[in-house]
Amino acid sequence: MNLSDRVRKGDIRAAAKLITMVENDFQHAQEILKELHQYCGKAIVVGITGPPGSGKSTITDRLTKHIRKMGKKVGIVAIDPSSPFTGGAILGDRIRMQDLSTDKEVFIRSIGTRGHLGGLSRSTQAIVKIMDAMGKDIIFIETVGVGQSEIEVIKVSDIILLVVMPGMGDDIQVIKAGIMEIGDIFVVNKSDRDGTDRLISEIEMMISLNGHKKRNPSIIKTVGTENLGIDRLWKEIERLVVILQENGEIYQRRRNRIKKEIYDLFLENWQELFLQFIGEDRLENEVERVLKQNSDPYFTAQELTKDFKVKFLKGGN
Amino acid sequence: MKNSRIRVLVAKPGLDGHDRGAKVIARALRDAGMEVIYTGLRQTPEQIAETAIQEDVNVIGLSILSGAHMHLFPKILKLLAERDASDILVIAGGIFPREDIVELKKIGIKEIFTPGTDTNEIVKFIRANVNLP
Repeated sequence: MNLSDRVRKGDIRAAAKLITMVENDFQHAQEILKELHQYCGKAIVVGITGPPGSGKSTITDRLTKHIRKMGKKVGIVAIDPSSPFTGGAILGDRIRMQDLSTDKEVFIRSIGTRGHLGGLSRSTQAIVKIMDAMGKDIIFIETVGVGQSEIEVIKVSDIILLVVMPGMGDDIQVIKAGIMEIGDIFVVNKSDRDGTDRLISEIEMMISLNGHKKRNPSIIKTVGTENLGIDRLWKEIERLVVILQENGEIYQRRRNRIKKEIYDLFLENWQELFLQFIGEDRLENEVERVLKQNSDPYFTAQELTKDFKVKFLKGGN
Repeated sequence: MKNSRIRVLVAKPGLDGHDRGAKVIARALRDAGMEVIYTGLRQTPEQIAETAIQEDVNVIGLSILSGAHMHLFPKILKLLAERDASDILVIAGGIFPREDIVELKKIGIKEIFTPGTDTNEIVKFIRANVNLP
């Protein structure tokens, strides 16, 4: 049986190997992803994001346990930051998910960002597809602990949970654009702590000022470590998924996702072609010239584009 | 574009109560450019084997202080063999009687590091024994 058939049968070892291939040598893995693509699209993808320490891993763990009781198969992509200096990473999300590791219907993969910004890794979308093709019903993407603008998770998820907690900072934090705008559900975790009511009223205030949105995000209180509010959170996810399916938002999100995916893959292919064309030596030469003020980056880029066009497009226009 | 990284599972099997050593190792391996999956205390052999497979690691580093290694390590190796995953390099660190070290190496633990080992030595050993594609 070939690798893609084994993945489709839910073979964990095969899926794990394919993910490694996606991470290490994407060009080669693409050939297998091509075969798998037709079996994707059934899973609901839930993005779980929020600042460091807000409880994303614990919420992911509790939600997974909750829906395993309903027989749902779960995939989890847990992302942690790679060091920008060494490329190494400590991937520790499993610490909060220990009991899940021997459940055969839960597949967890920890990945490092490997230099990718935005809260995900470059391979996230392909990993989601592999889990989808394995037959998972629900796929959780747990992002790195985010600050205020790592919102890329919106591009790969059907629905987004934003996990926050009391004591994150004064109310100004709540109105910052970016991260606070992407949640379909605000999960106010650690809600047994002081400041919960204040945080909720601040979020409500922010939501009430959202003129441009068709639908306002909901707010659910949880205490992940005590398993409180998890059932309500899941019910809210299910309710929202139905609404988003009926009003066409999930369709629209998936449309945007495919557009972005094609664009990114196209760009990546061209980028590689361009790097081959220009060559290491010429690139270094041009850098040197700019450094010595013999040229500028704008002119250099224009010239390179011109040469590139001459070579690959007829006429050079 | 190839972008391979050595992936290591640092695991603490059994009932040890602290993991400072494991954390020091995890940090050293990270600083050497590896991706370290750390799973916390009190892991069963089943959890360790299954995690290693899902994460598709090149190396498992077992850290143990409790003295239960002769009981736990063979189980882990057996589970890996059953899953067709004996290609994963398994190494260990902790406190071991000398005769146990001989025995553990016989059954397939590739190297054993005792207290006082320079972390660079562990990094070197891993690099020398893992073939990235």
